[in-house]
Amino acid sequence: MKPRTIIDKIWDAHVVRSAPEQPDVLFVDMHLVHEVTTPQAFEGLRLAGRRVRRPDLTFATLDHNVPTWPRSQPVTDPISRRQIAALEDNCRAFGIRLEGLESRRQGIVHIIGPELGLTQPGMLIACGDSHTGTHGALGALAFGIGTTEVEHVLATQTVPLRRPKTMEVRVEGALPPGTTPKDLILGIIRQIGVGGGIGHIIEYTGSTIRGLSVEGRLTVCNMTVEGGGRAGIIAPDDQTFTYVAGRPYAPPGRLWDEALAYWETLPTDPGAVYDRRVDVDAATIAPFVTWGTNPSQSEPVTGRVPDPSAVRDPAVRRAIERALTYMALRPGTPIQEIAIDRVFIGSCTNARLEDLRAAARMVAGRRVHANVRAMVVPGSQQVKAAAERERLDRIFTDAGFEWREAGCSMCLGMNPDILGPGERCASTSNRNFEGRQGPGGRTHLVSPPMAAAAAIAGRFVDIREWRA
Amino acid sequence: MEPFTEHTGVVLPLDRADVDTDLIIPARFLKRTGRTGYGDMLFFTLRFDAGGMPLQDSTFAKPQYRGATVLVAGPNFGCGSSREHAAWALREYGFRAIIAPSFANIFAVNAAQNGVLTVVLPEERVRQMLETAAAREGYQLTVNLEQQTVTDGFGRRDRFEIDPFTKHCLLHGLDAIGLTLQASDDIARFESSRPAWMPRVTT
Ligand code: SF4
Repeated sequence: MKPRTIIDKIWDAHVVRSAPEQPDVLFVDMHLVHEVTTPQAFEGLRLAGRRVRRPDLTFATLDHNVPTWPRSQPVTDPISRRQIAALEDNCRAFGIRLEGLESRRQGIVHIIGPELGLTQPGMLIACGDSHTGTHGALGALAFGIGTTEVEHVLATQTVPLRRPKTMEVRVEGALPPGTTPKDLILGIIRQIGVGGGIGHIIEYTGSTIRGLSVEGRLTVCNMTVEGGGRAGIIAPDDQTFTYVAGRPYAPPGRLWDEALAYWETLPTDPGAVYDRRVDVDAATIAPFVTWGTNPSQSEPVTGRVPDPSAVRDPAVRRAIERALTYMALRPGTPIQEIAIDRVFIGSCTNARLEDLRAAARMVAGRRVHANVRAMVVPGSQQVKAAAERERLDRIFTDAGFEWREAGCSMCLGMNPDILGPGERCASTSNRNFEGRQGPGGRTHLVSPPMAAAAAIAGRFVDIREWRA
Repeated sequence: MEPFTEHTGVVLPLDRADVDTDLIIPARFLKRTGRTGYGDMLFFTLRFDAGGMPLQDSTFAKPQYRGATVLVAGPNFGCGSSREHAAWALREYGFRAIIAPSFANIFAVNAAQNGVLTVVLPEERVRQMLETAAAREGYQLTVNLEQQTVTDGFGRRDRFEIDPFTKHCLLHGLDAIGLTLQASDDIARFESSRPAWMPRVTT
């Protein structure tokens, strides 16, 4: 048999129907559902008199617009409340499991999937959310889809997809001190550009990737879409298997052995070819800070805001000028002189336990800068509970951070956690688009320790040498 | 779904790359539970100031682009969030076709699901269109899906590529769910052979 990539193997194993000139109809092993992209899909089902084909392969949570203040307080925004109620009603009516506001398992959909063991190697996962690629970190093929496609999955448990091209991003070498998986993916996007992965599924390979923890891999795969990739995947290994073992939805008993035997066949065969390959040298990774309005616009913390007049391509020059105008930054400004107003540690990119630990190490025994308002929003209630068991919450609150309930929060500004116009934020999330964290807000994407240090210093600092 | 065969309309030039779906429709407007009511919020920050007052110098406010139904923009249009609200907002505002050098994958699918055609043309040609639309009042383009062509009033004709299935669905306004349900037997057969270790959820 011809050598195949892990991408081909999982794709081939899920083809329900394939016809010339038509997209493949692929079976969805797990359909993850949240409140923002689904009400119209359920409405569509109702109008057509259709049912949910596989409620047992459908799983819902509330994350995007839930408030992160204590759960005992009500959701005050009436429109958010209606959207939350709509998902609760839909789940009840169609027999779908919902980890709702009161659940100890509630959290950001891409955090709780892996955490609960719903994400396993070799699965095909779909969710009405562009960061669904996150689940690829465990060796699953996971696609973000639109609302009409959500309705399609609900009705048929399949999704029609044209086979994307494959791309290998190979990273070799040791990550330099002071850098994190977040810096690695920012560096990859810096290298390939925000459209670099369009039409491709990316497999991340190489010694650097192998050396990452599962949580670190989740951070890398999470931002695949920021480079335009259709999905991102990392071959499962012993670390992956150890991570999945014992989680609530992990295969029990004899089924575990069966699963494991299959999972071990998944990694890409030697000699398999990808449509494209990109090599990344881990030595080029530094603690990055984005200065612009898309995730590829970043510089090492020791660098300066770029000067558009030095750029020849007029379209690129104008894009940089527009970004700098929006961000209110002068060309040539050292990154470490950029003062910030807010800090957000959270999101499906960086709100797992390892992220909070790394941030807490920067914070311990220090105080948030007088000009800064800083918040930590754990990715799930389980992450929150685990962090509290380690007393990380105390480290943060003693320093003056707010410690919140789980949700997407200020990653996208749908709940009351938003930036005010002109406010500048060091954020561990994944998008620095104009207005993403609130109208007129200015977002700088960084790693959790970089965000934490910025909260203390009131500006960006090089965590490799910084002493508060 | 609304079929797309041929469409002629005034061009609105949006001369920027990487137009993301947060720009097309900000998250704070996504709380509605229906598919309508998004058109007024389209490109909100490009059309309105912080107080919600119309920006007079916005491209969208210029009289020559009033009623525009063809949007021309830079590469990687529709990147970012998967929100189909972006496609609903564009359609409701009046756009039927978007021309750009490239589109983000999820957005292109969402657009097609809502009868909005995404047309990929070479970057140099898109640049010319942007410049013509900026310079010439009432610049119109005709997009013909059957022929896969974009024509202007000056005898210029560009051919574009589109995958045959998307074309077929758009031309006939077909609903993919209906098509897939015709293959219910295939789905049932697939289901019966799925491995037992895969997770299942109970309420
Ligand atoms: S945390 Fe942000 S990026 Fe992640 S699912 Fe929520 S809104 Fe989307």
